[in-house]
Amino acid sequence: MAKAFFGGIHPDDMKAATNGKAINPLPHPPQVIIYLGRYREEPCTPLVRVGDHVKLGQKIGEPVYPEDVAVYASVSGTVTAVEPRLHAAGGKVPAVVIENDGRNERSPDIRPVEDPNSLSVEEMIERVRSAGIVDAENGEPPVWWKISHGIGRVDTVIINGAECEPYLTADHRTMLERPEQIVRGCAFLARMFHLDQVIIGVEVNKKNGITALKRTIAETRAPVVVTPLGSRYPQGSDKQLCQAITGRQIPPGAPPEEIGCAVFDVQSVCSIYRAITSGMPVVRQIVTVSGSGVMAPGNVDCPIGTPVSCLLDACGGLKDKTFKLIVGGPMTGTAQSAVNVSVDRGTVAVLAFAGREGRGLKHTQCIRCGRCARVCPMRLQPVFLYRYAMANKMNALEDANLMDCMECGACAYVCPAQLPLVQIFREGKARLMEELPVVEEMEEEEA
Amino acid sequence: MKEYHELKLVVTPSPHIRGLVKTRSIMLDVIIAMLPALAYAAFWFGFRSLALTGISVAACLMWEALYCLALRKRPTVGDLSAAVTGVLLAFVCPVDVVWWQLVIGAFAAIVVVKQLFGGIGRNLLNPALAGGLLVRFCFGSRMDGRDILAEFEMMAGQPGAAAAAPMSYLQGSDKAAAFQALSEKYSLTELFLGKAGGAIGEVCVLALLAGGAYLLGRRIISWHIPVGCMAAVAVLSLIFPCGDDNLLWMLYNICSGGLLLGAFFMATDYATSPITDGGRLIYGVGCGVFTVLLRHFLSPELGVYCAVLVMNCVTPLLDRIIRPIRFGASD
Repeated sequence: MAKAFFGGIHPDDMKAATNGKAINPLPHPPQVIIYLGRYREEPCTPLVRVGDHVKLGQKIGEPVYPEDVAVYASVSGTVTAVEPRLHAAGGKVPAVVIENDGRNERSPDIRPVEDPNSLSVEEMIERVRSAGIVDAENGEPPVWWKISHGIGRVDTVIINGAECEPYLTADHRTMLERPEQIVRGCAFLARMFHLDQVIIGVEVNKKNGITALKRTIAETRAPVVVTPLGSRYPQGSDKQLCQAITGRQIPPGAPPEEIGCAVFDVQSVCSIYRAITSGMPVVRQIVTVSGSGVMAPGNVDCPIGTPVSCLLDACGGLKDKTFKLIVGGPMTGTAQSAVNVSVDRGTVAVLAFAGREGRGLKHTQCIRCGRCARVCPMRLQPVFLYRYAMANKMNALEDANLMDCMECGACAYVCPAQLPLVQIFREGKARLMEELPVVEEMEEEEA
Repeated sequence: MKEYHELKLVVTPSPHIRGLVKTRSIMLDVIIAMLPALAYAAFWFGFRSLALTGISVAACLMWEALYCLALRKRPTVGDLSAAVTGVLLAFVCPVDVVWWQLVIGAFAAIVVVKQLFGGIGRNLLNPALAGGLLVRFCFGSRMDGRDILAEFEMMAGQPGAAAAAPMSYLQGSDKAAAFQALSEKYSLTELFLGKAGGAIGEVCVLALLAGGAYLLGRRIISWHIPVGCMAAVAVLSLIFPCGDDNLLWMLYNICSGGLLLGAFFMATDYATSPITDGGRLIYGVGCGVFTVLLRHFLSPELGVYCAVLVMNCVTPLLDRIIRPIRFGASD
């Protein structure tokens, strides 16, 4: 039975272009640009200097905060620059540029384990931590932190196999081609959390993915179950996924542990498997390259830091009529002004549009139809939020829980007046954030 | 193939894909939903009803265009909302309305009620209803239809179309006798099929039901308002019967006086009805309750339309009170 959350939309999933294409490894990009932090996060301190020779899997960035994770070289070669580089999410982020020598010399720090079952839970968490695993959603704590803080508080571990945004097929292909990595990674999670089972939630538009996972689970007798979910956006958001699977709602501003849930990406689970067995840190990323502007859409397994231009080259390049390049999914991704960014941890897709997608938008006046409120998975009323935002009513915005908005874009997708609701709410949230810290400080002083 | 740096890339905020429903397509759906009633009107009242509807639509579009021109606003005629208003305005007027009366009604609807309140989505009252009621209250006794459209009389509709509207029988103080006369004049089947006098768009229950079903099926409207409205009228007329047959009285109340036109097409107007499902249900029930009250105390013929206008004024309050429960809020 497919389960439900509030609201949601059913966009055309556009996955047929790539869901039959096997994951294609991109072996040796000439150069990689590895970001030392993600957008708006504290970047790691670089451990290498220009001219240094680095090996695959060698630590090149040390986190500033102990709960953060390190960054690793995704190829072997020579460091040619350590400087801020443009990030797909906007703005410049410190990065290490490595000239690839094509030899993929492994760092001696990568230590495989003969028998993973002999590891203690602490040792497993330490291996996850030193692999630098983070989920795709920005602003989430690293995976090891979610595990070590969740143990004892979490009764339901959920793997996010929803892949609800249109076009994306990287997780789907992983289910088909590497189901054993997912299932065995889940088994490790079950051990770490001392749980009898781990739940993989998969949208029913990936029937063969569900079958492949179930077959592997049966073969390995792993403590894992697959829960089919309805195909509806934004099924893959933590809050909606927890609600669909457990019926519990994460309170505003709280992490999933609050309701006894922990959510991990499919790619993170594979990384957990690799970290625990082979000791390989996160150095590769599976990216769906798709959209009407791409000559030969596909799923590419590339080293982290691969320039987007190399990815596009691997997919036959772009059509001349391409008018939009998006890093990320079509609902939440960021449009790029130029092809000069590179793949970061959590980059799930690169999309290029050459057709009519989202073209010729005309913002007209809100007709109060209420469609936005009907589809909002957070049960907000964008129709009023929009009105308050345009009138600069900051108090009203806060009272109407604007901060609950997760910018999924469902409201803007259905808006018949084609209003840029997400953009307006993003600005509104930023302005509320400017005002909020003051309030917090005052509270601390009182305490 | 171009080099990557030669591409002209546009940068827009997410989401990068949009649904197909636009203001214009919604309005087009509403117009389609009104076609059965319009087609029936052309058959029953004759070609004159079509001509009047055309004039009303043209007048609404003209006022909208003139207003935008005068205030140098971006023209909004293309969204077709004025056309919807035009059809509905004609629908609430009887076929013997004089053409310029509709033009005045259109001015009231588009310029005064809609645009002066901020245009589409911002008006407090339903423009078509406000304009239509203005026409009927101001010119109600002076509609002789002897105007430039007189020649269309030759293509007149069916005999019986000129008869008095069913609800006009209930004018007097002796309701029981009046209802007796009404039920002798019109059978329920006649009302359902629209073989009765009345405003252009309100007579044929079957056509209005078809249109309402289309709107529901296309998800242009939700069921809350029409069902709430009709249920309230049904329950109240069962509680306060007239004559011996409660059920018959209830069905006459549902099938006449434009209740379906009001419930499906007027009360469901986005701008003037609440956002939440709960609010819409209360609003619909309110429309039904006021319909029964106003039919009894004000005007049996116009009770529905006045009721919707009254509830229009309650909408801001309902939107304020009925809010969704916050996600994850502990209860």
